[in-house]
Amino acid sequence: MGAKMVDFGGWDMPVNYGSQIDEHHQVRNDCGMFDVCHMRVVDAKGDGVRAFLRYLLANNADKITLPGKALYSAMLRPEGGVIDDLIIYFMTEQWFRIVVNAGTADKDIAWMKQQAAQHAPQLTITSRDDLAMVAIQGPNARAKVWQVLPQTKAATEGLVNFQAADCGEYFVARTGYTGEDGFEVMLPKGKVEEFWYALNKAGVKPIGLGARDTLRLEAGMNLYGQDMDESINPLEAGMAWTVDLKSERDFIGKAALLANLPMRKLVGLVLLDRGVLRGHQHVHTAHGEGEITSGSFSPTLEKSIALARVPKDVQIGDTVQVAIRDKMLAAKVVKYPFARNGKGLI
Amino acid sequence: MSNPSNLKYTASHEWVKTEADGSVSIGITSHAQELLGDMVFVESPAVGRKLKAGEECAVVESVKAAADVYAPIAGEVVAANSDLDSAPEKINEDPYAAWMFKMKPDNIADLDDLMDAAAYQVHVDSEAH
Repeated sequence: MGAKMVDFGGWDMPVNYGSQIDEHHQVRNDCGMFDVCHMRVVDAKGDGVRAFLRYLLANNADKITLPGKALYSAMLRPEGGVIDDLIIYFMTEQWFRIVVNAGTADKDIAWMKQQAAQHAPQLTITSRDDLAMVAIQGPNARAKVWQVLPQTKAATEGLVNFQAADCGEYFVARTGYTGEDGFEVMLPKGKVEEFWYALNKAGVKPIGLGARDTLRLEAGMNLYGQDMDESINPLEAGMAWTVDLKSERDFIGKAALLANLPMRKLVGLVLLDRGVLRGHQHVHTAHGEGEITSGSFSPTLEKSIALARVPKDVQIGDTVQVAIRDKMLAAKVVKYPFARNGKGLI
Repeated sequence: MSNPSNLKYTASHEWVKTEADGSVSIGITSHAQELLGDMVFVESPAVGRKLKAGEECAVVESVKAAADVYAPIAGEVVAANSDLDSAPEKINEDPYAAWMFKMKPDNIADLDDLMDAAAYQVHVDSEAH
């Protein structure tokens, strides 16, 4: 399909098929598809799976009671660092599906199995290496999936945001990583090529990793390994909304989070001067130093934007200085997301 | 896109064109813009700056990466293309028309050390994997 390929955690992945900016707009304005076969699907099955996840994850599995409903969560080290960010889908009281990042999948599964052996030995944790995954995203994405997979329409047209339906061979979730409506479809590896080309024939354009990154950045979604990792407290990574510290529930990492109050926070930046914000650039604020964790050019805003970890006293609306090569450039601190559902929000 | 035969080329993917007034204009090659993808920022050197051959003197940034541009030969910067400030995508659209800056060479014979179009193509092919 004319893709430029790059090695991404051992996977040969397409960065862009044509213009990365065109691909970005394609998703915001119409729809596009992403080959996300590198993402790992894990099934946790058995009695007491919900109770196990309640202890394993920082977000509270009890929040999802509607069948198919999904929950975004961090999985933490006992010391509080982020092992991974993931999505769990509640299917039945005996089955939760978990989708984890590619680069962390092996250590995630090892950790889950180790914890299950200790706390819920009756569970089975299975890496679904037999499944592939395609994300179809954009305002017209669902209609295109129904055109190609009409047999799934009845079961999926009533899905609310962040809910999935198990349609036999096709597991269809109304989730994504772009800030647009759409589906993520998990299906047998042997069927994925046929599905991909059928979507393409229906007019769905393939979108590379490059646009995937600018879409998720505009949508204010973290990228594991860049915005957080095992050395980072999730409360300093913009993940407070996913960490349930209020309930009496105990979970791995909770004691560490309560003992270590966050000193920094993740904010959005919009560059006021000409240039491009990038990861690892230093940010100078009135309250001390910070660092950009993810930065790029926003095709929707036509400005450079970033996520940055800065001292907690930095406020929305402040102007900060970013060191880019030999210059100090001005950037404004903003509340993110920067764009969603086809529109800029800044 | 084929590389024009009237230009000279560097191993770091700049092209150099000799102008009628004896100055040279400099841009990045089609191969370079294709590798970088959609351009969103260009920073040209200040007019009057004296450059050594191989000196870092300009920056191009695409959505996905930043890249340095090097002076192909020694000389003084005599012009910068400010059109690219607001329209860096011109580098993608027509890389051999989108010059970034012009230099007055210290010694025009230094151009002889650069590659011609055929030698540059061999260089590009050797970098491909």
